[in-house]
Amino acid sequence: MSIAAIEATGLTKSYGAPSRAGGTGPPVTVLRGIDLRVAPGTVFALLGPNGAGKTTTVRILATLTEPDAGTAAVAGYDVRDERHRVRRAISLTGQFAAVDEAQTGRENLRMMARLAGLGRAAARARAAELLDRFGLYGAGDRLVRTYSGGMRRRVDLAAGLVGEPEVIFLDEPTSGLDPHSRRALWDTVGELAANGTTVFLTTQYLEEADRLSDRVAVLHDGVIVAQGTAAELKSRTAGHRLDLTLATSAAYLRLTARTPHASHHDPGARTLGLPTDGSARHVRALLDELDPAGTDVTHFAVHTATLDDVFLTLTAPGPGPGPGQGTAHHA
Amino acid sequence: MPDKPSRPSPALALTNPRTNACANPLTNVLTNVLTMTGRSIRLSRRNVDALITALALPALLLLIFVYFFGGAIGGRTGTRYVTYVVPGVLLLCAGFGSSSTAVAVTEDLKGGIVDRFRSLDVSGTAILAGHVLASVARNLLATALVLALAFAIGFRPSASPAGWLAAVSVLVAFILALSWLSAAVGLLARSPEAAGGYTFFVSFLPYPSSAFVPTDTMPRWLAAFSDHQPVTPVIESLRSLLLAQPPGTAPWVALAWCGGILAGAVGVAGVLFRRRVG
Ligand SMILES: Nc1ncnc2c1ncn2[C@@H]1O[C@H](COP(=O)(O)OP(=O)(O)OP(=O)(O)O)[C@@H](O)[C@H]1O
Ligand SMILES: [Mg+2]
Repeated sequence: MSIAAIEATGLTKSYGAPSRAGGTGPPVTVLRGIDLRVAPGTVFALLGPNGAGKTTTVRILATLTEPDAGTAAVAGYDVRDERHRVRRAISLTGQFAAVDEAQTGRENLRMMARLAGLGRAAARARAAELLDRFGLYGAGDRLVRTYSGGMRRRVDLAAGLVGEPEVIFLDEPTSGLDPHSRRALWDTVGELAANGTTVFLTTQYLEEADRLSDRVAVLHDGVIVAQGTAAELKSRTAGHRLDLTLATSAAYLRLTARTPHASHHDPGARTLGLPTDGSARHVRALLDELDPAGTDVTHFAVHTATLDDVFLTLTAPGPGPGPGQGTAHHA
Repeated sequence: MPDKPSRPSPALALTNPRTNACANPLTNVLTNVLTMTGRSIRLSRRNVDALITALALPALLLLIFVYFFGGAIGGRTGTRYVTYVVPGVLLLCAGFGSSSTAVAVTEDLKGGIVDRFRSLDVSGTAILAGHVLASVARNLLATALVLALAFAIGFRPSASPAGWLAAVSVLVAFILALSWLSAAVGLLARSPEAAGGYTFFVSFLPYPSSAFVPTDTMPRWLAAFSDHQPVTPVIESLRSLLLAQPPGTAPWVALAWCGGILAGAVGVAGVLFRRRVG
């Protein structure tokens, strides 16, 4: 199929910052022209730090906010002119739990299913099915108010699946989930995509984007600074980081001087982070090169590169404003 | 939209296919409104403190008016005071009951649930209508309680079944108008606490009217206000309908007021909703 499930061109959005006097202050530009294209039945991850504009993008695509300029089509329908058709084709699970605290998990799901167009009996069956699937069967008849944060999040995610949407939006779906629930959600997302559903999710974790998605876009300062498969993105960055903890402050300073490409510095803990591909060969070579006598480095650890590491690589050489200098993410 | 015919894994496929949402928009809207009403009723049922206040306060007020003030005012009303004052207490109770609509609407706007409803193509009007209809249900329950208590302490209306029906219709129209007005206030308020402050204003409206004392006992300027404010025709209709006296034009004036307030509130709420969530 050549028609995209999500297609956006030149989206811009700014908010008039409310001032104390009650009027509006200078507008805050959140999106400065975003192009996105997501093929049907794929998983697309939008990565970005706090305030990058991820939620704003999701809300525009889900027809909840109008863009200032640009066009977007979801499931083939224009988000401005055909918003009712878009809404019948999508589901949205926002960043913060959107279920009623004073209803039980089951009541919440049944209500959402009815609103999604299911009949009474179908809604009941669907609620039971989803409670089971999200490990909430025993808690289904308790008020959500009594749930733990993770359980709440799971009901919320289940509520996004009551209908049979063509396109699902998940805004930071794994925030607040323990590793077990996170994995279960990843499986669910994989299954949805295998069934032909398009999934658009946002995350702050490269690992998650890597694990889940077919394509990734990195949003920074209102523009997409990189877009491609996770492998392509990783090839632009080292992928992992080797953290070396040094025996003495003198050794720390000596090594800092020798490694201008280090992406992480922590003088207090005398720790230095260096890009690596994570292979044993490369780690061994680095250690041998930096500490031939084997006395300076007391500990080391290899991490998957964090979003910070990717950002440092992605945003450093460009002519645009570096991290922290833009105006977009100062609330 | 065409259904996707065969899905490889049944785990997430629907047990029943989604009914065609485009088939009949009217049924769709009706389902949404009923679903939202069921939700709001469940939410109010579980807001125990507010519910107790909404039910106990009117009953308490009835007792206070009848036993504390009744002796002093009763002689000037031409009937037993309990019979005179019941319509006023019913309106007070409508004021309290509807004002919690504002709090419920503000609570909704605080979280992400309105976004989710909108993404399911539920209109703002359906969301508000759910709160308003739940408010009507709550108020009718409180009304029934007050009436039962009133009967127990000597309220003896002489209305025919048709009179009762007419009285209840006027009361429901009043509750609908107040509740929708309250929903509009909920859209303006920035916090549930602020929305709750609105209770105060509405619950004072019945005092400068003929609810508790005949208006000819008031200073002239206050009587003028009382005679022309919306609560008075509502009270007069209830009183005359329940006591089987000729109601004159009062019910029509009352319905006109309620219809006007309702239409205005629905319109204003629609605009405020779009401004607030867009
Ligand atoms: N309704 C609004 N009015 C004014 N400013 C807003 C509004 N919504 C978002 N913003 C601003 O837009 C910027 C981007 O917000 P957005 O919620 O899209 O970021 P995000 O990438 O989702 O961040 P996070 O990771 O923290 O969820 C922020 O600076 C925020 O303050
Ligand atoms: Mg966000």
